[in-house]
Amino acid sequence: MTSDRKQIHLAAHFPGVNNTTVWSDPAAGSHIEFESFTHFARTAERAKFDFLFLAEGLRLREQGGKIYDLDVMGRPDTFTVLSALAAVTTRIGLTGTINSTFNEPYEVARQFASLDHLSGGRAAWNVVTSWDAFTGENFRRGGFLAQGDRYDRAEQFLRTAQELFDSWRGDEIAADKESGRFLTDPAAGAFRHKDRHFDIAGRFNVPRSPQGRPVIFQAGDSDEGRTFAAATADAIFSRHATLEAGQAFYRDVKGRLARFGRTPEELLILPAATFVLGDTDEEAQERAHEVRRAQVSGQTAIKLLEQVWNRDLSAYDPDGPLPEIDPDTGEQHVSQGRASVRMVRDPLATAREWRALAEAEKLSIRDLVIRTSARQTFIGSARTVARTIEEFVQAEASDGFILAPHITPGGLDEFADTVVPLLQERGVFRHDYEGTTLRDHLGLRTPEPAGAPVRSGAEEAAS
Amino acid sequence: MSASPLHLAVALNDAGWHPAAWREPDARPGELFTAGYWADLVQEAERGLLDFVTFEDSLALQSHDPLLPDERTDEVRGRLDAVLTAARVAPLTRSIGLVPTLVATHTEPFHLSKAIATLDYVSGGRAGLRVQIAAQRHVAAHFGRRDLPQVGLTDLAGPRPPQIVEDLFDEAADYVEAVRRLWDSWEDDAEIRDAATGRFVDRDKLHYIDFEGRHFSVRGPAITPRPPQGQPPVAALAHAAVPYRLVGRAADIGFVTPQDPGQAAAITDGIRREQEAAGRAADTVHVFGEVLVFLDRTEAEARARRDRLDALLGEPYTSDALVFTGTPAGLADLLLELREGGLTGFRLRPADAVHDLRAITTGLVPELQDRGVFRRSYEAGTLRGLLGLPRPANRYAPAGA
Repeated sequence: MTSDRKQIHLAAHFPGVNNTTVWSDPAAGSHIEFESFTHFARTAERAKFDFLFLAEGLRLREQGGKIYDLDVMGRPDTFTVLSALAAVTTRIGLTGTINSTFNEPYEVARQFASLDHLSGGRAAWNVVTSWDAFTGENFRRGGFLAQGDRYDRAEQFLRTAQELFDSWRGDEIAADKESGRFLTDPAAGAFRHKDRHFDIAGRFNVPRSPQGRPVIFQAGDSDEGRTFAAATADAIFSRHATLEAGQAFYRDVKGRLARFGRTPEELLILPAATFVLGDTDEEAQERAHEVRRAQVSGQTAIKLLEQVWNRDLSAYDPDGPLPEIDPDTGEQHVSQGRASVRMVRDPLATAREWRALAEAEKLSIRDLVIRTSARQTFIGSARTVARTIEEFVQAEASDGFILAPHITPGGLDEFADTVVPLLQERGVFRHDYEGTTLRDHLGLRTPEPAGAPVRSGAEEAAS
Repeated sequence: MSASPLHLAVALNDAGWHPAAWREPDARPGELFTAGYWADLVQEAERGLLDFVTFEDSLALQSHDPLLPDERTDEVRGRLDAVLTAARVAPLTRSIGLVPTLVATHTEPFHLSKAIATLDYVSGGRAGLRVQIAAQRHVAAHFGRRDLPQVGLTDLAGPRPPQIVEDLFDEAADYVEAVRRLWDSWEDDAEIRDAATGRFVDRDKLHYIDFEGRHFSVRGPAITPRPPQGQPPVAALAHAAVPYRLVGRAADIGFVTPQDPGQAAAITDGIRREQEAAGRAADTVHVFGEVLVFLDRTEAEARARRDRLDALLGEPYTSDALVFTGTPAGLADLLLELREGGLTGFRLRPADAVHDLRAITTGLVPELQDRGVFRRSYEAGTLRGLLGLPRPANRYAPAGA
């Protein structure tokens, strides 16, 4: 079925290492074994999703000075598992989240270019930053980066990597046995880059990959982050999954594109979303409630509250009232390695709001946490969920969604079997892949190499 | 089979080790950057029941000069990341070990430790790693983080290397130590999924590694649980005393380049002494001889092929390794003779990746099988198993646990 309506893009987020992922369910399998990744990726590919998405964290989380033990933890190396998945899938895009702080451009660029070659043009890079000394303890340079510099480094890191991708134009390999000419250009891959973060020169050693460059994702939400994305990203992994917030974000970011000579189609906005399905909407609501209870156990509720209170609350009863003591507004010391704790900007105000809410509705700590932490984005029968997703996309709240199921590895199966066919019926989602690369799926052009080749790069570089 | 079967590995490198190999009739130079090419080679090696393949790598373009960049256009240039290539072929193979090269000098032990652990998961226990240093200034310039002095070949392989060479090898030993500790930083049964207490892991079975070295420190634990083999085997190529020490201290397999059985014996002794000095006398450390091979049905054919390739190159090809030109039977004779010097196996470098790999699997392997010194089927499911290495206890687990 064809349609003039805007087409939806869907991606599958492998369940993450947080309390969203329910490991206590009897259906929950390994988060490490390759079979889980294969099952998940093949389900997404069977459903004709655009891509698979992997998040990253480079240090096990801690709370109260101890390794946090209530959530799923442990994950494979992103590049390695994506490359292996390229062998058991044929079309689905492979998106890896890779940090720009604890890596170097030459290495990351060659890993993504290699992944793009090895997957036949299916690689994508979600560029993220971190700065904290806690994570830095696992790396050569330690916590070397000031928090304020992390976006600057990310921007320069990405720019440098793009220069490395573009250091091969795509016509350098002749491989002509007869004449003995392998390269058409003796300086293929030459580059030189200097800014306050990177001063590198030489020759990049991976020829231009099928997509030219991997698809670039960003997740930044600050004003600075939005402009950076508008200037350089192919897609944004956003967190605005409600209709109104989504529309506002969508308008804002798409509105920034013209400044950079880009059209709205050149940057896709794909919020993260969760879902619970049922045979009926009522059944789905019941299941959603059960899932929330499983995601937020009494212990987890206390731990999540501690992250806001920045205090040890282990003495409190999760089924009792909120603590009367106020949050500690000093430096965060309870929770380490978690980006979400910085999202509560005014803990005292949050505490006041929550106390009022708990008072008014007679909520225990656990009830309150369930109530105030994000509920599932889409809850309902397959028909309801398909309709809602389409509404969001047609109302310009997003170009699609990155769906994170709560069960590994089978959490996507029901969606693939029930919601996707309905979206296809509605004429808003592909029946089959039309192209072979992720850029094809996302409707993005294959970029031409930018700039003139660097001729002097192969000479002496340092000094 | 005799008491001590030979171990055989093949070193995959571009279109082969001879720089003109890409121009051979069966070469596939246009496919060097595709998964299919590498999958075909590794599957061929697996049909030959080889212990493992290694994947060459570098953080720079290949160069005719091992220490300086060049601007030649008549040889293969460009290569894919070795770990990713190994991972890409892992699901397409079942038994053969996969040993990518990684450069310790500019990379992060934390990242590479989890990469190899993950290769071990996706291959079902068939991962290894081959550690290498990068002493070249132009490689350092790709990272812009340290300035290295120019070293020469005699500095690297000579009897009295400059301090920088010792430092780089010491750093590589530190690197391997950090990688190994990270592999052990999760005990095998750390993941408990205990619904009664709500705990996913037993945090007492997760360990900070607190590695402190001259060039880096790593806190740990890893983010990836202990790999299926516990400790994937570590290999290193060694030409001189300093790298022999790296093998003795840190590796499970040393790749060495003797020209005759006498040299093989001397090198093996050197490595055994380093092994003892490092307190590892009880550990199995394999010493594999390196042989670059031109293999054909007749010696004349092999010689003619080598001459043809040298003519294309414009000079006789020379190697750090012993070069063999001849028949599978002749090569089998040579390997068994070299083995008298204490070698436990060989890493063969096919001059032409397609032709000589096939000659190894269909010519040399049956020859060795007939002589009772090579397996007739895979006897183990993991690389450690193929190498006769037991699954090691975790250094952080309480004794007897």
